[in-house]
Amino acid sequence: MPPRLNIVVPIKRVIDFAIKPRISAAKNAIETNGVKFSMNPFCEIAIEEAVRLRESSKDLVESITLVSAGSAKIQDTLRAGLALGADKATLIDIPAIDDSKSLELEPLAVAKLLKAFVEKSNANLVIMGKQAIDDDSNQTGQMLAGLLNWSQATNASKVTVDEASGVVTVAREVDGGTETVSAPLPLVITTDLRLNTPRYTKLQDIMKAKKKKTEKITPEDLGVDVTSRLEIVSLSEPPKRTGGGKADSVDALIGKLKGVGAI
Amino acid sequence: MSASFRPLLRHVLAKRCTPLSTNPSVRYASSFQWQDPVLLDTLLTDEERAISDAARRYCQGSLMPRVLEGYRDETFDKNIMLELGELGFLGPTIEGYGCSAVSSVAYGLIAREVERVDSGYRSAMSVQSSLVMLPLEMFGNDEQRGRFLPDLAKGKIIGCFGLTEPNHGSDPGSMETVARPHPTKEGVYLLSGAKNWITNSPIADVLLVWAKLDGVIRGFLVERSKAGPGLATPQIKGKTALRASVTGMINMDDVEVAKENMLPDIQGLKGPFSCLNSARYGIAWGTIGALEGALALARQYALDRKQFKSNPLAKYQLIQKKLADALTDISYGLLACVQVGRLKDAGKVEPEMIGMIKRHNCDRALENTRKLMEIFGGNATSDEYHIGRIAANLFVVQTYEGQSDIHALALGRAITGINAFY
Repeated sequence: MPPRLNIVVPIKRVIDFAIKPRISAAKNAIETNGVKFSMNPFCEIAIEEAVRLRESSKDLVESITLVSAGSAKIQDTLRAGLALGADKATLIDIPAIDDSKSLELEPLAVAKLLKAFVEKSNANLVIMGKQAIDDDSNQTGQMLAGLLNWSQATNASKVTVDEASGVVTVAREVDGGTETVSAPLPLVITTDLRLNTPRYTKLQDIMKAKKKKTEKITPEDLGVDVTSRLEIVSLSEPPKRTGGGKADSVDALIGKLKGVGAI
Repeated sequence: MSASFRPLLRHVLAKRCTPLSTNPSVRYASSFQWQDPVLLDTLLTDEERAISDAARRYCQGSLMPRVLEGYRDETFDKNIMLELGELGFLGPTIEGYGCSAVSSVAYGLIAREVERVDSGYRSAMSVQSSLVMLPLEMFGNDEQRGRFLPDLAKGKIIGCFGLTEPNHGSDPGSMETVARPHPTKEGVYLLSGAKNWITNSPIADVLLVWAKLDGVIRGFLVERSKAGPGLATPQIKGKTALRASVTGMINMDDVEVAKENMLPDIQGLKGPFSCLNSARYGIAWGTIGALEGALALARQYALDRKQFKSNPLAKYQLIQKKLADALTDISYGLLACVQVGRLKDAGKVEPEMIGMIKRHNCDRALENTRKLMEIFGGNATSDEYHIGRIAANLFVVQTYEGQSDIHALALGRAITGINAFY
């Protein structure tokens, strides 16, 4: 009997990609007061991929569950994900995190939360963004696969599921080109930009999403301690660009490059 | 359904981390969000916020890339109606028939996002939603609703609203288009007359034409496929505004309309005026969207363009005043729209309220955009800077659905009890 996919899609609420981030007056965090937030773009690509798998073959996908950790503010983001086609959502409530404190969960803490949640939900496939556009860590998916002891295929640009065998083939974008890997389920896939183009949300689906279930749980329910193990010592903007110089001959150019240690 | 989201995202991801401090003029940063000056989200329901976000995504990703060419070449891509339909943006307040029964505020938010891109696009949408679908809901019978609404909602058929005539604009009551019973065929009316400045008419499949039957204004659903050679809908070309939307005439010479296509329950100006009320309400929101678009463009230009001592234009006081004035009118305009939208859904709205916000928001949007245009200098004349198109469009938005002076008279009459129209 061909395997049915029980997909978990972890998502993250981040500062909207169109907003320029600023460092807060206290100089130890990014300013989030009054700033527009939305779903991490790579997470949208993950949801879209899960929905496309469902649309590609009747009965292939059993369920698509969203999960996100943070304060109650992420409800909007989860609802947006439900409107994109997920079936249900779980909010891992961590009230200590709210916008004005700009506290962030660390990738390892998130990976531990997700491991517990994935095991609880009997999922056999995790599709998630390769990184969040706020911290650009690109760690959580890999850590999650390690904790679960599952196969992983990161930076996916194409996903194919062989329904008969349950083997998933993933084309990955790597520095040198494209690498194709395959593994049987269960598996963690992280999405890269070119995997798909998310659809526009329909009004009808926003209305339908209101009826879909969102449950709230806590890190304690999952038996995970999310205390930060890292401390942000300081945060600063990149140094101002200083002017360049002109070299009037090839020798002068080589001399300058050597002078700054570039060659 | 394809999206231009990805190139937009890649472009912005590349630009995203440019810190403010590379711009030597910036010294002040505050929590005040100029893009959302009165935290409108706090006045909206979760659903309305989600709808506004979805509308903005689609409009910026899919309509914005088309508007420059559409306006330049005076072409309207009919697929836009299908796309709007598929996303549920047509007739969103209607219950049933594939529509979503969302709030009036949600409808306004959609209009705001569409008009942030172009007033012509929003005109096409308003006509379909408020001036064709809504009269069917309010005044049509079940048979008519079932026949037309589902396909109108999907954008598969396009509608238009024929009220204005070449000789009767502000005074629709004196219209000359007439309907008379067919001399020999039972249950058929013949319509004759001309309508002018009708958005969508050259591409409309169903035309809601208002005509006098025995001296009383009635609404007739003219179907192009059944109208015969007496119906002509020539496009008005060479317009200086709303060029990205299609406008035309409706010329009728004994066009046959079955009596099943007459709106049964409404007579007189009440019919068209009820529809216009809803469209006007959407326009009050939309015109602010246009002004928001203009402000964002002007602000960016002022930050980028440098004159005298490498100062960006944004450093100069006269420039900042123009931006401040526009932002203020945006804020007040949006607050009025939300309140009127809530009153509308509570059944407490009066037409004068809608006329008032339409008039004021259009007047402010037009005047502010013309001032913002000055920031661009000569570049305002290049359509690639968009500001000229927005200002040109806003002149028409101020004019149609009740020119500002006409709304002033309606308000004056309501205030004093004295009719000053004529």
